[in-house]
Amino acid sequence: MKFRELAIGDALPERHFRPDEVQLFMYNAAIWNPHRIHYDYPYTTGVEGHPGIVIDGPLQGDYLTQLVLDWADERADLVSFSYSNRKASYLGETLYVRGHIVAIDTVSGEVELEVAVLDEAGEILTPGVARVRFRDTAP
Amino acid sequence: MTLLTPELKAAVGRQLPPLRAEVTRREIRKYSAATGQRLQRFIDGDEAPPMFLFGLFMPVLPRDQLKADGLPPDTGLVPELPLPRVMAGGTEQNWYRGIFPGDVLVSRQILVDLFEKQGSQGPLIFAVVENRIETEQGDPVMTERVTRIAR
Repeated sequence: MKFRELAIGDALPERHFRPDEVQLFMYNAAIWNPHRIHYDYPYTTGVEGHPGIVIDGPLQGDYLTQLVLDWADERADLVSFSYSNRKASYLGETLYVRGHIVAIDTVSGEVELEVAVLDEAGEILTPGVARVRFRDTAP
Repeated sequence: MTLLTPELKAAVGRQLPPLRAEVTRREIRKYSAATGQRLQRFIDGDEAPPMFLFGLFMPVLPRDQLKADGLPPDTGLVPELPLPRVMAGGTEQNWYRGIFPGDVLVSRQILVDLFEKQGSQGPLIFAVVENRIETEQGDPVMTERVTRIAR
């Protein structure tokens, strides 16, 4: 879809993620994060009081950028991104990632997107806002 | 009543020594596989997904220097706050360029704000850390502000 065909309210193609132990291990190894709440079940539940292994907050931030960049692909570049981890999520949960267009600047070619990670009940875990700038704004 | 004493407020402006890190194709490919990226340029490691930066400057310490919870010791950038529970607030990033294999990036962290608000269940303290990522030549890559909330 070209820049001129975008409309406020347009939804981005939804994705969902269901990280398992191996995926979470790969993520924490890749970012070199030894925090035990991401792999040590007895410690996480017994000492820290969580109901299960905690899915990393920044991983959810990554899921939000994937939603935006998969949609933008080669058409637009990320200008800004903000997110906030409001509620913890745990291994075994399916995370749904959604977003839609909230503003379009026809002069700068920038598009603002409201995005969120939601749990299976539809509650927002991690809201965010991203702005991308389209490279080609010609009709 | 104010919880932020002049001594605590004096920490605003404090900064950490700059950190330097090299970006390699292999590290990007590992990150992309670990996060389920779909764009081929990320999967192949031709460019890094933006949140790759979260791990790039993680301290690499031997086991005996990590705390009981597995985390490295606190950097000391944010002073110990007089409220016990610390939560992640939010992260706001501005992007100026992509990240590519071969890049040598520099991170500079500074405590830019420390302020207090009255929440519905008591006082809250906000600590805002700015993290500026630049190339070794000084070109901006990304600037972020990360807020921690103590209650």
